[in-house]
Amino acid sequence: MEAFAELLDALTYTRSRNGKLALIAAYLQRTPDPDRGWALAGLTNSLDFPAVKSAVIRQLAVERVDPVLFALSRDYVGDTAETVSLLWPAPPLPGTPPTVAEAVALLSAMTRATVYGALPALLDRLDANGRYALLKLATGAMRNGVSTRLAKIAFAQAFDVPVTDVEEYWHGQHPPYAALFDWATGRAPPPHAAGAPQFRPFMLAHPIGDTAVDLDLYAVEWKWDGIRAQIVHGDETRIYSRSGDDISHSFPELLGALDTPVVLDGELLVRGAFQGGEEGGAASFNALQQRLNRKTVSRKMLEESSAFVRLFDLLLIGDEDLRPLPWHARRARLEQFAAGLDPARFDLSAIVPATSMEALAAIRDQARDQAIEGVMLKRRDSPYLAGRPMGLWYKWKRDPLLVDCVLMYAQRGNGRRSSYYSDFTFGCWNGDPDAGAELLPVGKSYSGFTDAELKWLDHHVRTHTVNRFGPVRETDRSLVLEIAFDSIHASKRHKSGLAMRFPRIHRIRADKLPREADRIETLRALVAAEP
Amino acid sequence: MRDKGSQAALVSGPRDCSWVRPGASGLWVAPADCWIDPHDPVERALVTHGHGDHARGGHQQVFATPETLAIMALRYGAARDTVAVRYGDTVELAGGVSATFLPAGHVLGSAQILLRYAGERVIVTGDYKRRADPTCAPFVPAACDVLITEATFGLPVFIHPPIEEEIARLLETRARNPDRCVLVGAYALGKAQRLIAELRRAGYGEAIYLHGALVQMCRLYEEQGVPLGPIALVMDTTKEALKGQIVLCPPAALNDRWARRLPDPITALASGWMRVRQRARQRNVELPLVISDHADWTELTQTIAEVDPAETWITHGREDGLLRWCELQQRPARALALAGMFDEDD
Repeated sequence: MEAFAELLDALTYTRSRNGKLALIAAYLQRTPDPDRGWALAGLTNSLDFPAVKSAVIRQLAVERVDPVLFALSRDYVGDTAETVSLLWPAPPLPGTPPTVAEAVALLSAMTRATVYGALPALLDRLDANGRYALLKLATGAMRNGVSTRLAKIAFAQAFDVPVTDVEEYWHGQHPPYAALFDWATGRAPPPHAAGAPQFRPFMLAHPIGDTAVDLDLYAVEWKWDGIRAQIVHGDETRIYSRSGDDISHSFPELLGALDTPVVLDGELLVRGAFQGGEEGGAASFNALQQRLNRKTVSRKMLEESSAFVRLFDLLLIGDEDLRPLPWHARRARLEQFAAGLDPARFDLSAIVPATSMEALAAIRDQARDQAIEGVMLKRRDSPYLAGRPMGLWYKWKRDPLLVDCVLMYAQRGNGRRSSYYSDFTFGCWNGDPDAGAELLPVGKSYSGFTDAELKWLDHHVRTHTVNRFGPVRETDRSLVLEIAFDSIHASKRHKSGLAMRFPRIHRIRADKLPREADRIETLRALVAAEP
Repeated sequence: MRDKGSQAALVSGPRDCSWVRPGASGLWVAPADCWIDPHDPVERALVTHGHGDHARGGHQQVFATPETLAIMALRYGAARDTVAVRYGDTVELAGGVSATFLPAGHVLGSAQILLRYAGERVIVTGDYKRRADPTCAPFVPAACDVLITEATFGLPVFIHPPIEEEIARLLETRARNPDRCVLVGAYALGKAQRLIAELRRAGYGEAIYLHGALVQMCRLYEEQGVPLGPIALVMDTTKEALKGQIVLCPPAALNDRWARRLPDPITALASGWMRVRQRARQRNVELPLVISDHADWTELTQTIAEVDPAETWITHGREDGLLRWCELQQRPARALALAGMFDEDD
């Protein structure tokens, strides 16, 4: 456990991807089986201990520390597991730390009845760093920037094997991945994996910026507001997110829809009539968000927000790798292939006709009315290349909407921003501010500012606080913030009746007076009709 | 610890100590019309120690320990009128108030100020710690009616480990990386000299390399009788020669262009905040060293219990946490809202 705790700490303090890879690779090389396998499972969030939940850990802490002091500490530290690891009273006699394998065995054996006795006994065997590692292992949410994909690359580096092989053989293996380590260290042949649906790195687009593009050479598609997904069918179907993480379990309705070995690229969306109207056939990102990060999906959810994929590329089909072919050739094969698919689960991302940049700019301006994120430009002769190659694919997002709001409340952030007031709630006037109108909250944001602006805002909050409600500070409503957002919707959950999509702090307008901020009615006029 | 008799004498009668109270420029001692650690220029200032949020320039008359006066002279130039008060000595102020300066154990010259007026005793701790520090005199607990304490680390998550462990980690990191240097961010006053002195105590005899901003204060410490061993300047040394060495700089220089002249530095920061992982991440720190010149949670609470004042007033830091502890211990306490105090870096 000490070596694993040290690894977690080093990962926390190492920012570079290569640095993280080297740390994980070195750990995997020098740690014996089965500890390294369990550690790998912990890093990739592949473990689940049903009896050990955050609420249990909090409960155990407040049995030992005053609840108010615990709450103040949690607010300051910004992470429950870390707070508990620091507050946990040192046992009278230091115990023998468990191995990772032993910790996993003990955590697995805990039930709702035994956890209140067994978890403290385990915590008492560790120092503060060990307790942190144990609690992170038990609850997941490592927050140290290690994705499954990164772990696979580190594994490949550690044992000098091709990462494509790791992707392939990883499939179907379970923690602590004994067969995988046996293969990688040359002790055994590769685990059986024929037909395994493995991830291929995505091709990504650059923001267009000021680039002038010759539209004779490029095809245009809508940029749909969902999540990028790769759908792979082999002996079964897998769905991978942009980071290479397997998100199949969240979308069971898509898993039985293919029967040809194939790798498809597209946008995962939920049925509706928001993006692009009836014809567009996709609901807002909000609706899709309800479907993400769920371990189980209810039947109601499957019926009400049915998922589908809007396809825009075909990477492999059967034994044939289409990636070296130009985009137009892949597109032709995709259209041919998609014609045979269930239209409820798959459709094609349409090609938008545009002959000049001026015409395209006009089309892009309509994207807002259509509730679409923008447009994509793809060079017609481009092969499908991993990463973000220059000059081949561009994204051109529609301009955000801007309004002036007044800062009302602030809260400390989590993680890297713990201790900084970095979550801001802002409001607009419900009438004429000179005639007694009130500010009503219209949104909340924790992004859009630079580090220097964050410092400035944090200082503003600290020096303009008029009230405290637990961790929330109310400010004196003296600061105007220009807020950028993608769209705004009617919402019954907020007093203002409005909810913004992706609001961010665009500019700090210390030069403006609060009474000059926008009114609710201005925002209401921006609401896109949503059925 | 004081005996029961003196305690009874201290708490009899209406002792609200309202002659000391927060004012526009800091803590005000009314009958003497003087300020403690004022953040604006005032007529008469009592200064606990030389850090910038306590000692400022421009006062007419300054009462402080000789070491603190030397530090202030270095930072702000000589004040118009200074009164040097040695540890244990008492000065009579106007209006029947007397002030005794007692060691606070925070940095060289740091003092608690014991104020006496009309039979009441108030102690202002300034910043303090209870751990041994080879560069300054140790904290002396004394009886009082009101203890005005700092609360920089007033949450139970803040427990500083023994400094020997942190110094050992620093030396291990240096030994493991012969082609890099370890760059440690440390406050120019106090932290830097304590780090050097602790490295010496751990047997480290090599030259320690300094950012230019740390040099004068290190010289002052040596003049005041704190030996620091061989020190050298980064600007006098080649990049090659800095490989495998320990370099000290002010925290603000850690991620500054200045650090580019160093051989692939491992960034370290010596601060009590390093106990919290995300605080270290915020500062881009690879080697967080939990070393502080402030009392940790245990020291803060044990000191209140040991001094056992009738009332505890809490100045700056995480006052909510310490207030709650006092409440749980049924100790009368309140937070003083003092403007101008910052604690982001210690």
